[in-house]
Amino acid sequence: MSEAFRDRIDITLTVNGESVEARVPVGQHLTDFLRLELGLTGAHASCEHGVCGACTVQVDGAPIRGCLMLAPQADGAEVWTVEGLTDTAAIKDLQEAFVAKNALQCGFCTPGMLVAAKDLLSRGGVPSRQEIREHMSGNYCRCTGYEAIVDAVETVAQARAGKGAA
Amino acid sequence: MTIEFGNPDRPNSYIGKTVPRPNAGRLVQGRGRYVDDIVLPRMVHVAFVRSPFAHARITGIDAGEVKSVKGVLRVFTGKDIAEVCTPWVAVLAHLKGLKSPPEYPIAVDRACWVGEPVAAVVATSRAAAEDGAALIDVDYDPLPVVTDMMSALDADTPVLHEDMGDNLAFRRLHEAGDVEAAFKSAHKVVSTRFRTARHTGVTLEPRSILADWNPAEGQLTAYHATQAPHMIQTVLAEHLGVPEGRVRVICGDVGGSYGIKVHVYPDEVATAAIAKIMARPVKFVADRLESFTTDIHARDHEIEARIAVEEDGSITAMDIDDWTAIGAYSVYPRTSAIEGNQVVNLCGGPYDFKNYRAQTTVVFQNKTPTCQYRAVGHPIAVAITEGLVDQAAAELGMDPVEIRRRNMFRDDAYPVTSPANMRFEGLSHHASMDKLMALMDYDGLRAEQAELRKAGIHRGIGIASFIELTNPSPFMYGIGGARISAQDGCTVRMDPDGSLVALSGVTEQGQGTEAMLSQIVAEGVGVSPDKVRVITGDTQVTPYGGGTWASRGAGIGGEAALQSARALRESILTVAAAMLQTEQSRLDIRDGQVVDAATGDNRMPLEELGRIVYFRGDTLPKGLPRELVQTRHFITSDYPFAFTNGVQASYLEVDIETGVVKLLKHWCVEDCGRIINPQLVDEQIRGGIVQGLGGALFEEIHYDADGQLLNGSMADYLVPMAAEMPDMVVGHVETPTKESMLGAKGAGEAGTAGAPAAVMNAINDALRPRGAQVTEMPFTPERILRALGVLKD
Repeated sequence: MSEAFRDRIDITLTVNGESVEARVPVGQHLTDFLRLELGLTGAHASCEHGVCGACTVQVDGAPIRGCLMLAPQADGAEVWTVEGLTDTAAIKDLQEAFVAKNALQCGFCTPGMLVAAKDLLSRGGVPSRQEIREHMSGNYCRCTGYEAIVDAVETVAQARAGKGAA
Repeated sequence: MTIEFGNPDRPNSYIGKTVPRPNAGRLVQGRGRYVDDIVLPRMVHVAFVRSPFAHARITGIDAGEVKSVKGVLRVFTGKDIAEVCTPWVAVLAHLKGLKSPPEYPIAVDRACWVGEPVAAVVATSRAAAEDGAALIDVDYDPLPVVTDMMSALDADTPVLHEDMGDNLAFRRLHEAGDVEAAFKSAHKVVSTRFRTARHTGVTLEPRSILADWNPAEGQLTAYHATQAPHMIQTVLAEHLGVPEGRVRVICGDVGGSYGIKVHVYPDEVATAAIAKIMARPVKFVADRLESFTTDIHARDHEIEARIAVEEDGSITAMDIDDWTAIGAYSVYPRTSAIEGNQVVNLCGGPYDFKNYRAQTTVVFQNKTPTCQYRAVGHPIAVAITEGLVDQAAAELGMDPVEIRRRNMFRDDAYPVTSPANMRFEGLSHHASMDKLMALMDYDGLRAEQAELRKAGIHRGIGIASFIELTNPSPFMYGIGGARISAQDGCTVRMDPDGSLVALSGVTEQGQGTEAMLSQIVAEGVGVSPDKVRVITGDTQVTPYGGGTWASRGAGIGGEAALQSARALRESILTVAAAMLQTEQSRLDIRDGQVVDAATGDNRMPLEELGRIVYFRGDTLPKGLPRELVQTRHFITSDYPFAFTNGVQASYLEVDIETGVVKLLKHWCVEDCGRIINPQLVDEQIRGGIVQGLGGALFEEIHYDADGQLLNGSMADYLVPMAAEMPDMVVGHVETPTKESMLGAKGAGEAGTAGAPAAVMNAINDALRPRGAQVTEMPFTPERILRALGVLKD
């Protein structure tokens, strides 16, 4: 461990539409920053090496692994977590579809899943089930077997395209 | 008054309907409260130094440099922890001969697997604790390792625990009928060697505990991601020397468990011990490498098996020689002999035959301990049984469905006892198979398969019938001396506003326990489910119970909830009859209203009854019972276990050039008795299937010959991802158990039990024309190419 690890850096960013200023350890990843410093516990630390997707949040419009991004790298960024996306009702239909289809069991992967699904749906159109499966494959779920998640995302895509009821 | 479950139009008909889960809305908003989300005043964090050797004597621990790390507060060795915490021995009296040495929370003088804790560092942040742990200098003197299962008992293999005499942890032989004679006179005998790989559960939420010792109150509170809060309460009390009544275990949201979180883990007990020493809250959350090296493993089995059949396909005998290696210790308090024992109990399960011999041999080795993981033993027993049956059918030139139909217990044969001495109250193998055939259009699929084969496309159809052990009685653990409750309880109370609170001893792990309980209580009393608040997972609050394991929540916890709800309904009606000056039998409760039972006319809302009871009790007759709180407990007593049954089918394609298997579709018909919530049952089945598919195709913990775990990350240990998984069709037959009013059996493990066998049989169905067969899981491209003779080195 080096002295540099303990160094801190000042960052300014927007989180869920609110301006945040903080002094963070340079080695702290974004997930820990959100969870420990801001109390935003919706994004979860699970594998912490970029595989499982449980920590997925939206950074400057893109789904990002919070465990692979250092908090200092988020300086100047616009970050949205499940809490903010809930407050602004940006993913209300997705959340309702997840509940209706029981597309979650333990719920630990769910915030990350929702951010990943939001990204797919933001591209418009109605993706095929296989396209949904491919897109969601960066997010592990150990409970559901994925089918209900695919159902929920498909339902919302169809509803948004005016082809069915969510 | 009984509930007419057969009438879907009955009042308050919530049992059998899909109703929303009360906790799902919270979880989709990121408002879950998992252990790592909890922050307490003065909380500190612990990180563990873990053995890099599979077997080594600890000759010295130098913590000199650690204090230089800002935030580090204390270092603990095994000896320090042993002063406040006694070791445990994981044996059970009914598993005769099972042995295991005392295990300490932190190794005292010898480490026995890679990942075993050897020291702990406490700091004000997890990062500082990890930095400190990296600076601890442990001197090890490496010892000879035992890593191969089949040679563990050989004379020239070192003995892992000297005091145990040898490396045999447990052995059980079961024999029924005359097996040798049956094999001698058989028309055909098929023998096969099977292997199932070492798995682990990979819960997305790592194991987590936040332990808080308050010396002023003399109370230990543990916020714990667990399936069995009362069991953990007992264990912490016993080993930390705290009265049981002064240990409170709180289990909030749990991020996946699947059996992984029903065990006692050394690092978690050490965390509680440290909290007791430091008199402040201590948090431990495993990181992912710690999860892979210290969460229990499972399913590491090698099996020689054979089956004897007559010309008409009748099974006359099965002979199973099962070996499993459980790591360095039997896991406390459920023990690591159960999985092998289950293989003995479950092989041949669906079939009516007489001659059965099965032996399990359970050995120690220097690897992570194994223990009960979802569908304990079932995927192994089903793979053995269904693999043998399919091979016998192929030998006889018989359709795999036909051979099963000729051997499965008749649906009107019950009650029966299996050759393994399992007692079945009522199963539906034939009805389930019939339903499966219709759902999957078996004949159509066979025609498609034949057509595609002409075009060089190798598709396979695999069938796997199975039984599943659910609703365990004390025969599972209690009779062996474990303080693990098979009974469960529920308290239901009505508050002044007419709403209900249900407190249950079973726990929510995401499977929908709270929804299931809310709809049972809603129907049992006569309100809508949204009027029921369910509270689980707090030993100081709920009735004493077993928690969640062996698919017991609905069948046992649900029945306790139904009985307590019915009792509360009676109490309410007693008061209502006095208030309305009518006979109690003329009244009913429907949708939160006391109504005239005959006409359904509203007589009084429950909130009015609540107002009178709680605030104007003076207006009720003196001495009128007015107990708006009722508690009931339930335990199964007619049968040791409520067996369920089902059958799965897999349709897949094997690329014979790459060895890659593509799953096309999967079906499961199962019979869990009374279905309380169809959606939740289907989702249990689907999730279970995918966990089974992971074992069939991807999951395998690798060790080298020195006992080093080679694939301790999610990038290296593969679990199913969305893209690789098929859509799954789920169907049901309902044979309610007569042991309870509710009639529910378990559904949590059926999917995992049957899926690997269905996939194995489908792959072998696809490969059969090429003369190839695979029986070693997971069925990786490499293993398939070897079976095909493409890879030879």
